[in-house]
Amino acid sequence: MNPSNGGALLLALLLAPLVGSALVATMRSAPGAAKTTALVFALGELVLAALAWSVYQPGGERLQLRLSTEWIPAFGARFALGVDGIALVMIALTALLVPIVMGASWAEKLSEGRTAAGFYSLLLALQAMMIGVFAATDVFLFYLFFEVMLVPMYFLIGRFGGPRRQYAAVKFFLYSLLGGLVMLASVIGVFVVSSGVLGRGSFEWATLVRIADSIPQQTQIWLFLGFFVAFAIKAPLVPLHTWLPDAGAEAPVGAGVLLVGVLDKVGIYGFLRYCLPLFPDASRALAPLVLTLAVAGILYAALLAVGQTDLKRFVAYTSVAHFGFIALGVFAFSTQGMAGAVLYMVNHGISTGMLFLVIGMLIARGNSRLIADYGGVAALTPVLAGMMLLAGLSSLALPGTNSFVSEFLVLIGSFPREPAYTVLATAGIILAALYVLWVYQRIMQGPVRGTAVLGALGGGPGTMLAPEVAANRRAHLFPDLSGREIAVLAPLVVLILLLGFYPQPVLDVINPSVGATLNEVGLSDPVLQGGN
Amino acid sequence: MLGAAVLAQAPPAPSVQLPAIDYPAIAPMLIVLGAACLSVLVEAFVAHPGRWAAQVGLTLATLLAAGAALGAHLYSFTGGVRDAVTLAATVVVDGPTLFLWGTLLALGLAAALLIADRTVEPGGSFTADAAVRAGTAADREINRAVRSQGYAGTATVSGMQTEVFPLLLFSLGGMMAFVAANDLLTMFIALEVLSLPLYLMCGLARRRRLLSQEAAVKYFLLGAFASAFFLYGVALLYGYAGSVKLSEIAEASGGSDRSDTLLFAGLALLVIGLLFKGSVGPFHAWTPDVYQGAPTPVTAFMAACTKVAAFGGILRVLTVAFGATQWEWRGVLWGVAIASMVIGAVLGLTQTDIKRMIAYSSVAHAGFLLVGAIALTAAGLSGTMFYLLAYGFTTLAAFGVITLVRDAGGEASHLSQWAGLAKRSPLTAAVFAFLLFALAGIPLTSGFTGKFAVFSAAIADGMAPLVVIALVVSAVAAFFYLRVVVLMYFSEPAPDGPTVSVPGPFTTAAITLGVMVTLLLGVLPTFALDWAALGVFAS
Repeated sequence: MNPSNGGALLLALLLAPLVGSALVATMRSAPGAAKTTALVFALGELVLAALAWSVYQPGGERLQLRLSTEWIPAFGARFALGVDGIALVMIALTALLVPIVMGASWAEKLSEGRTAAGFYSLLLALQAMMIGVFAATDVFLFYLFFEVMLVPMYFLIGRFGGPRRQYAAVKFFLYSLLGGLVMLASVIGVFVVSSGVLGRGSFEWATLVRIADSIPQQTQIWLFLGFFVAFAIKAPLVPLHTWLPDAGAEAPVGAGVLLVGVLDKVGIYGFLRYCLPLFPDASRALAPLVLTLAVAGILYAALLAVGQTDLKRFVAYTSVAHFGFIALGVFAFSTQGMAGAVLYMVNHGISTGMLFLVIGMLIARGNSRLIADYGGVAALTPVLAGMMLLAGLSSLALPGTNSFVSEFLVLIGSFPREPAYTVLATAGIILAALYVLWVYQRIMQGPVRGTAVLGALGGGPGTMLAPEVAANRRAHLFPDLSGREIAVLAPLVVLILLLGFYPQPVLDVINPSVGATLNEVGLSDPVLQGGN
Repeated sequence: MLGAAVLAQAPPAPSVQLPAIDYPAIAPMLIVLGAACLSVLVEAFVAHPGRWAAQVGLTLATLLAAGAALGAHLYSFTGGVRDAVTLAATVVVDGPTLFLWGTLLALGLAAALLIADRTVEPGGSFTADAAVRAGTAADREINRAVRSQGYAGTATVSGMQTEVFPLLLFSLGGMMAFVAANDLLTMFIALEVLSLPLYLMCGLARRRRLLSQEAAVKYFLLGAFASAFFLYGVALLYGYAGSVKLSEIAEASGGSDRSDTLLFAGLALLVIGLLFKGSVGPFHAWTPDVYQGAPTPVTAFMAACTKVAAFGGILRVLTVAFGATQWEWRGVLWGVAIASMVIGAVLGLTQTDIKRMIAYSSVAHAGFLLVGAIALTAAGLSGTMFYLLAYGFTTLAAFGVITLVRDAGGEASHLSQWAGLAKRSPLTAAVFAFLLFALAGIPLTSGFTGKFAVFSAAIADGMAPLVVIALVVSAVAAFFYLRVVVLMYFSEPAPDGPTVSVPGPFTTAAITLGVMVTLLLGVLPTFALDWAALGVFAS
């Protein structure tokens, strides 16, 4: 297949989950069939994504697998799809995570009035919207997916979430909608500015990149800020992050993984795809602002993560800290930093996704989200404990795991241009070790204790069971991971180790696009410069 | 005798030259107004059991015939026939007129379907005999008779007050004349023709009659004030320009040493009258009470069609008569638009009645519409008209759904009664949620397309700060739409909650039409946008 016009493949990637979603939605009275159908569609999507990966030529054209057709001429909007390396890895991550979260949610008990058909249909709809966000090459179309994406997630949180789901769902929706609407002003502004330059307005990304240099800096800054607010809320950067802990904590585990694993990356992806190439002068001028927020986020969110008592909120805060690293890598404007940031987006999706899943499995056993309700669980469920340790170590970027490569690239790439910010950011690594290991220690190690564990085992409050006694007595009441759960986690374990030792295949796809993005910002790489 | 002498000396009266009338151009309006007169005769001469059917048939046939006439003229219009200025230049049928007429007829058809329904509320939403005082023994007797004898009524007792159909047609005809009026006097008469039937229709509810009658009186009194403002403005402008023709006012204002006080005082009074009809804040005070009290199908008609007519008038007056002086008044209308958006969004947050909530939402939407209307560019015109079409169908379908959710006391319009609706009737909840997302302006609905059209026109005309305010307000307004979605989907149903009626064919058709248009204009809006951009105002 010719990569420059393999747009049909991208269209199929977009439409398949939509068709699946509609189909699954009709199976209200047959939960088993609904789940199976949804999983088949999700696995089919994974195959399509693998196909797209194999067709894509790294180092080829800037945008590949293109498809473009007239849509709303009155607005100048086209239905235009296409991917670069950055979009491709994000699409691959989406396609990978969706079947995994489906498998993880397989045995979830739904409260009355909620059907599996509804849940899986929303998951597929969400997947289609996320693919659309990454594949759109028309600013109008991108905006459209960016906004519509909220709706399935809103229903996932609000209908299937925890006790405070109403509050969390509305907060999530309003934050994102507000950002999106501010961005809409900039989207329209871009069109108006482009019609001033070209005589006829355009939303086409490639066209807008071409004329980026002819937009005055002051105009660029206003337009940049419009996009920035939306992306900073989505990413989320401190101080616009407060919706994420609520949404992450209340979301059902499946939706939560997609929320922190993919949905939030749309913010960073937006910086890379839209803010930097379309407003290069503004990006350079406002980089200190973003860097400050990024580093503040790394440190502030890490401190908050240390102090969390709720497991899911804990994961949400670690994510905010990680997003700070990613933003640092993007706005340090170096090849290594930016490539590291993109790789970090993938790795964070894998490792935090796994951490979220494992914690979800733990919560499913203990029926409590509080850290204090658990203790000594490793004695009961050694496999679960091992999985949590691996996910945690990957999250704190231990060498040998995937996150180490990306975090190292971000730091080494950022240092030449932004030494002060980089040095501050390294403090976040220490905090990461602290929060991950301390949580692991409190939950997994020591004697079996905690109301959630003892409640499941039938022990009275205040008692402490010796590990072997508990394991022997009622282990089936607090069982270790089932075959399904291990199968769900296995691909993530493989990827954590594989990308830890051999990230090159992904970097090969990312690097040319990162180089092109850096060119569009109009900055040369500081490391290469130093070498000359 | 002096008088006789004067009479004798008077020159012979000049032979009156009849103005040329372009019948094909104004056929849609003539059909509607003619059928309205016919409908009065039906009311007088057809006996009770068959009267409802005759009225419904006549109304629907009229709207379809008018639509066909409009289509025929539109065909010749796109084929090269230009703007028709007719009836001694009092009526102009140009591109915007045709679009607004089409919108009014389509919305009128959907509203007529809602009005005609007799299954959701047994016997229809309208009282059997409006002349009987509410709550009296006679009133109860009639209600009992209707319940026991069936919806169609008998020779002595009608199932419902079928006068609503001629009133609907007169009102619609007035709206069509209003958006086509080329001088202020014609506009005033059209305003009265569209308003007076509406006042009556508001008072015809079968349930909660006192509330309905209160709404009618309130609407009438405040509407009379607004008409007076309008008329006073017309008088001042006549004093200024020596003419009531829009084009001659425009000429007079283009560089003359006449009194600016007259011009701007006249403009202000005139526009206040128009803004009142469009329920633009701060002239919106009647809206929530009237929307709540009126029979819901009538509310749907008002919310959709009156807004189209009012904004059609605002667009024409501002563009044709006052385009040259826009820099003098635009700042004021900025303020009005902001006030309307903020009032609608903020007060909407505090509402507990769903009809009042949608009323405040309509005030906020009026602000958004005004943002497009004061752009005074071709894009602003077409964007605003598209918004009217989109908003009309969405809000009409929303009111259609509201009629379905009922308990023993009639419509269950208190928000708390909507809790857990998704569990009881997933389809109704899904439809309503979709409409709410459209009102909130989420993409893939017509609400987003309309907002985009209006806001892009405004930004292109240099009103970026206003648009940013409008977008922030949109986010605030989204909160109260979301609140209903939260109630329907995320809350547990109340034990004695309302039931959802299975709609009859008429209401089903109206809601389906509204939902389909809302979706279509969100996904593939090109045809409507092109139609809206067919032409600009003839001056």
